[in-house]
Amino acid sequence: MTWRTATVVELHDETASARTLVLAINDWPGHVAGQHVDVRLTAADGYSAVRSYSIASAPSSDRRIEISVERLPNGEVSPYLTQQVMVGDELEVRGPIGRWFVWRPEQAMPIQLVAGGSGIVPLMAMIRSHASADSTAPFRLLYSVREPGATFYRDELRALSSRGDSLVVTYAYTRVTPKDWPRPAGRIDRELIASSMWPSNLRPSTYVCGPTSFVENATKFLIDTGHDRDRIRTERFGATGERK
Amino acid sequence: MNAPMNYLDGNAAAGELSRIFAADLTSAQGQCANCGVKKPFAEAHLYMQCPGIVARCAVCGHVLLRLVGVAQRAFLDLRGMTYLTLDTTK
Repeated sequence: MTWRTATVVELHDETASARTLVLAINDWPGHVAGQHVDVRLTAADGYSAVRSYSIASAPSSDRRIEISVERLPNGEVSPYLTQQVMVGDELEVRGPIGRWFVWRPEQAMPIQLVAGGSGIVPLMAMIRSHASADSTAPFRLLYSVREPGATFYRDELRALSSRGDSLVVTYAYTRVTPKDWPRPAGRIDRELIASSMWPSNLRPSTYVCGPTSFVENATKFLIDTGHDRDRIRTERFGATGERK
Repeated sequence: MNAPMNYLDGNAAAGELSRIFAADLTSAQGQCANCGVKKPFAEAHLYMQCPGIVARCAVCGHVLLRLVGVAQRAFLDLRGMTYLTLDTTK
């Protein structure tokens, strides 16, 4: 797979520490919701750093993709992408990558999405793909987020989930909740999974994305509540080591 | 294996592996040479805090794959897997 040149055509802040970059890529071959790209930055002295970012946008024919990047403290690439990059700048991109953690509009089964923090990004691509394809597969999203201000895509999720019952969104706030929120701040647990997710006897396809510890916990709770391990797909992310 | 939770999934190696393999390895099924479990490579535990990439079996922790780049050469060790089955339609 070759590196392609991507031009930054739009920038949107998602939260105080996360930004969405819209990239135009002339020879982009198209993607499937859930796939990622590798982004390579190269310094003037030739030093390069590669990081993987999930694609946030639905597949489309406009040769554009969106990535949403959370700024990591002491990060090497994310501070540049969230604070310094400007419209018109060029990046090197390799992708689309991965054929495992993907959702295709032909999948008509109930879908359960479980996001921890910026793990929402590939799941948002699935939600957008579901909406743009007018899929009737019933989607549920359980989105664990630190506090209301850290929520990505809040308005869009609200709009999509108010269109009927093809998308139901449940938030779990881990540190700070909105005022009068019924559930105290805390991590997701068995009770929340049991009350907000598809029951295991519906045999939903489940996609879990978040930091490694989140994915481990969520997967354990899912299996404990009767979900079939083979119907759960996971994508873990974290601060990865240096790669060239 | 009680390693700390500093691993990713096989998914995260897909970009680097695409430099070597024409087919997508994340959806390939591999059999662990140690415990015999057959799983998608995407479910392997991937360690990247090292000079290269190490993928371990999600069940027993056995090393499935090592990929290290030195200068312009890649060293690939796949002996931790008995075999891989790949979808060749794409």
